[in-house]
Amino acid sequence: MNSDLRDLYQDVILDHGKRPRNNRVIEGASVTQPAYNPLCGDKGTLYLSLDAGGHNISDASYVGQGCSISTASASLMTEFLRGRSREDALHTFDLFHEMITAPPDEASHRAVPELGKLSVFSGVAEFPARVKCATLAWHALKAALVEAGPAPAPVSTE
Amino acid sequence: MTTTVQGSNRPGTPTVELSRPLNVANVRAEFPILTTHVHGKPLVYLDSAASAQKPRVVIDAERRVYEEMYANVHRGVHDLSMRASEAYEAARGKVGRLIGASSPKEIIFLRGTTEAINLVAQTWGRTNVGDGDEVLITGLEHHANIVPWQMLCAEKKSVLRVAPIDDRGVVDLDAFAGLLSERTKVAAFAHVSNALGTINDVIRMTALVRELAPQAVVLVDGAQGVPHMPVDVKALGCDFYCFSAHKMYGPSGMGALWGRKPILDAMPPWQGGGDMILSVTFEKTVYNETPFKFEAGTPDIAGTIAFGAAVDYLTGLGLDRVAAAEHALLAYGTEVLSAIPGLRLIGTAPDKTSVLSFVLEGIHPHDAGSILDYEGIAVRTGHHCAQPVMDRFGLPATIRASLGVYNTREDIDALVRGIHKVQEMFA
Repeated sequence: MNSDLRDLYQDVILDHGKRPRNNRVIEGASVTQPAYNPLCGDKGTLYLSLDAGGHNISDASYVGQGCSISTASASLMTEFLRGRSREDALHTFDLFHEMITAPPDEASHRAVPELGKLSVFSGVAEFPARVKCATLAWHALKAALVEAGPAPAPVSTE
Repeated sequence: MTTTVQGSNRPGTPTVELSRPLNVANVRAEFPILTTHVHGKPLVYLDSAASAQKPRVVIDAERRVYEEMYANVHRGVHDLSMRASEAYEAARGKVGRLIGASSPKEIIFLRGTTEAINLVAQTWGRTNVGDGDEVLITGLEHHANIVPWQMLCAEKKSVLRVAPIDDRGVVDLDAFAGLLSERTKVAAFAHVSNALGTINDVIRMTALVRELAPQAVVLVDGAQGVPHMPVDVKALGCDFYCFSAHKMYGPSGMGALWGRKPILDAMPPWQGGGDMILSVTFEKTVYNETPFKFEAGTPDIAGTIAFGAAVDYLTGLGLDRVAAAEHALLAYGTEVLSAIPGLRLIGTAPDKTSVLSFVLEGIHPHDAGSILDYEGIAVRTGHHCAQPVMDRFGLPATIRASLGVYNTREDIDALVRGIHKVQEMFA
């Protein structure tokens, strides 16, 4: 296989594309957010459960149909999100978006340590036509956190 | 070598013996872009249904306008303006003759098929379609032949009816007939489906409209018809025929509406402005005659003249020969693609042209598209601006390879090799 294509279709992506994790409905989710890419017809729903304080994501899942890039991206995102704070999630959105929309020359094989396993998507930067596939679930995440409203102010018991 | 074209369902295409089939090698040499490389591989262009590439004569025609005769049209007495106007009106004559118009005055130059359909919906439609009236379309339409009618129906409280298609992608003519009534004011349908390649039986559909809804006008979306077969609007029997230059090897952003002159004359103008008037005072404006009353503002002068050059190019090739060559290539493509395990052709109408739409088992079209692109193969993946067609087949998208005059068996073979690579990766 062509090496550049391998940058896009890494084994982790192929695996999560075929067998997406957290591919289930969360009953009673705090936020249910539809995702739709009119360009290719990919559709899905992101489910988020927030903890009692509304600050942390206790569970995340995604159900939908899409190409292997969008399916794998949603799968790895939901794995990544569990236990993360909302601020951390939004910060990760920015890092992820920056990584895959970087000019191809700069981005080649550039993994972002903070992104951990999500760095497998760095190759997407070389395929601008696929950026929307990789970010579909992430845009749903951003919309979901906006939908959820601002996190309640920390409550002090002192 | 002789090739027989079956023209029974292709209006204006009698069964002809073609002693000189299309020389595709010569054709390819006319298209500069075909020597381009994509990802280091020679370009295999199989996306002509989205937009066709341009032969040198069209590119040169547009350049020559700017270099030799450019000025505004219909406005000046100076020599350049006269030359530009003459060439512009000559293009109108060429486009009219191509489709068998009674007069060049029946040709309105617009930005394309989409604009042409919108013009008819907004002028004829808003004048003649009212509360409780119906507009009939079919289940295989491009969004351009759905949305303008939805907008009209919403405004006029009229009803959009849709004749369904069967599993092959053929319009159910009994259902089509059953939906025609005294309430039908417009019947609008494609000559050829962009997503499936189905050639509609326009003659029969028009005859049904005349018989069952004689008060209705018939509009044919010819965007995918004109590039692939001889078209004679009189033989088709319709009232409006819309098409785009860019799908027939002409410039983008250009197209034409043909309409019967008495109908066009009775229609109100569309946009107001220069060139569409005879006289203007602040009290009263007298509109220009057809077609100028529909062409407000300075048009795409060079693009229109190049559109004329594209017509010359196609008629020079011979649309009967084009149809025969593409028909043979479609038959070859259908045969070799059908033999690939896990590949399902979408759109298997008995009368088809130029489109091979398909899905691969377990593989999303977008993934296939990226891998094919890496092999230098340009295909369209997605819903092809025909979401209802995708819904009909229960698919989010298909991969569509579409043919033009420059395509060869080698292009199809490259596609087959590309599909094998896609299947290897996602095995």
